Amino acid sequence: MTDLVIIGGGPAGMSAAVAAYEKGIKDILILERDDELGGILNQCIHNGFGLHRFKEELTGPEYAGRYADKVKELGIPYKLGTMVLDITPDKVITATNREEGIFTIEAKAVILAMGCRERSKGALNIPGSRPAGIYSAGTAQKLVNIKGFMPGKEVVILGSGDIGLIMARRMTLEGAKVHAVCELMPYSGGLARNIEQCLNDFDIPLLLSHTVVKVHGKDRVEGVTIAKVDERRRPVEGTEQFIKCDTLLLSVGLIPENELTQNAGINLNRITSGAVVDQDRQTDIEGVFACGNVLHVHDLVDFVSEEAAIAGESAARYILGSASEEATDIEVTTDGKIRYSVPQRITAKKDIKLYFRVADVYRNITIKAEADGKVILSRKKAKVAPGEMETIVIKKDVLQDIRQINLSIGEE
Amino acid sequence: MADMKRNMTCIVCPMGCTLEVELAEGNVTSVTGNTCPRGKDYAVSECTNPRRTVTTTVACQDGSFVPVKTSAPIPKGEMFNLVKELSKITISLPIKAGDVIIKDIYGADVVAAKSMG
Repeated sequence: MTDLVIIGGGPAGMSAAVAAYEKGIKDILILERDDELGGILNQCIHNGFGLHRFKEELTGPEYAGRYADKVKELGIPYKLGTMVLDITPDKVITATNREEGIFTIEAKAVILAMGCRERSKGALNIPGSRPAGIYSAGTAQKLVNIKGFMPGKEVVILGSGDIGLIMARRMTLEGAKVHAVCELMPYSGGLARNIEQCLNDFDIPLLLSHTVVKVHGKDRVEGVTIAKVDERRRPVEGTEQFIKCDTLLLSVGLIPENELTQNAGINLNRITSGAVVDQDRQTDIEGVFACGNVLHVHDLVDFVSEEAAIAGESAARYILGSASEEATDIEVTTDGKIRYSVPQRITAKKDIKLYFRVADVYRNITIKAEADGKVILSRKKAKVAPGEMETIVIKKDVLQDIRQINLSIGEE
Repeated sequence: MADMKRNMTCIVCPMGCTLEVELAEGNVTSVTGNTCPRGKDYAVSECTNPRRTVTTTVACQDGSFVPVKTSAPIPKGEMFNLVKELSKITISLPIKAGDVIIKDIYGADVVAAKSMG
């Protein structure tokens, strides 16, 4: 029996491990399928990580390195090249690697930190055959930054998520010509600073309300046809434009990787595609926690580390059977303009930080939290956008005798 | 040079503040819209001598690639030159994060961002 098994050795898994260790749990095992700790940060060689957590600007490998060094320094055990195949509701983990074959581990507590994967071409329904030269932005990132070769020379990028923007700059610096970044929505899903330093610095056009309607080429991409879309996101006839290119990168969203979670019978949230959790990041199976991008997709790794530390500390408390705060049962709901909140329920009376994401770009708004219909907190904001996660803190003293907290947005 | 206004997005942190900069004869006379002092510094630098931190990779003898970064921002116009320079070299392993790969190029050092080998 192992006290704590952590599935995934990326930023979430490592931060959770360190937090649990510091709360007194020494019998930890991290299972990582790649051949090193760090997860996707290893291929994110650009800088901009760690401003919240370390108060300095780090590259992805440096940020990962800080945590990996800590894991090694504390002597927290981890297995690399190890793929988890199954987790049962009573916390028996089946995994496989080259040395041990298939093996099982019983755990007192489990932390799910598997991260997310990119939405693929199949999910987009773009007509055309299946030529070489279509990559997800993250795959291209791995090819360029880890393997050291360029997937193409003439590039169009669909989707303006941060990875797409970062790859526009990266491929340009490596000698490719990025013709355009097309974004279906009337706003970018990426950070404003990335539009500035990845596109504007290199005169790469960002075409808002545009999509790719056809991919040309049989063996290799020979070009794409793009078109404007109307407010219902349908292509507008007559606005089609052909761009000659050999590569199409897709940066069209991330999906938490929750097959293991589902097989364990854990309840998922329809909007986040991650587990439904309480303030401790505990799922509806006692002793199973989730954190990082497997729970909901974050835009900053600093917040992943923060959330994973909550999960790690909570798992430690669960294993040690430490007395918790006074129990309660409050459901957190959101209105249409706020897509979701994490956590979705509150089971202990303490200060609670709610993370949430809005559905559209709104200006001059008031974020309101109501408890059983009564306003308990309101905060003005000049601008909110779907690409930027928001947080509010609900104080312990307002959590007395309430059943529900609803988050909403009022426009002025 | 006449007085002018310039709008820009601050790239210092993920907040991405919209800055409004007033210039008189090429000198920054006022910066508004910034939430922190670093925003003002950025605006002044961006209007007079724009610089960027560059990240790229350098080939290692065993066929792998080590991520590297400039220790400080370099002139924006030299980004391509730096990447080109770095594509010509191959380093031997092991290397530690923070090790200097090239000293003093375009006003900064190029350092390894990861321990490898």
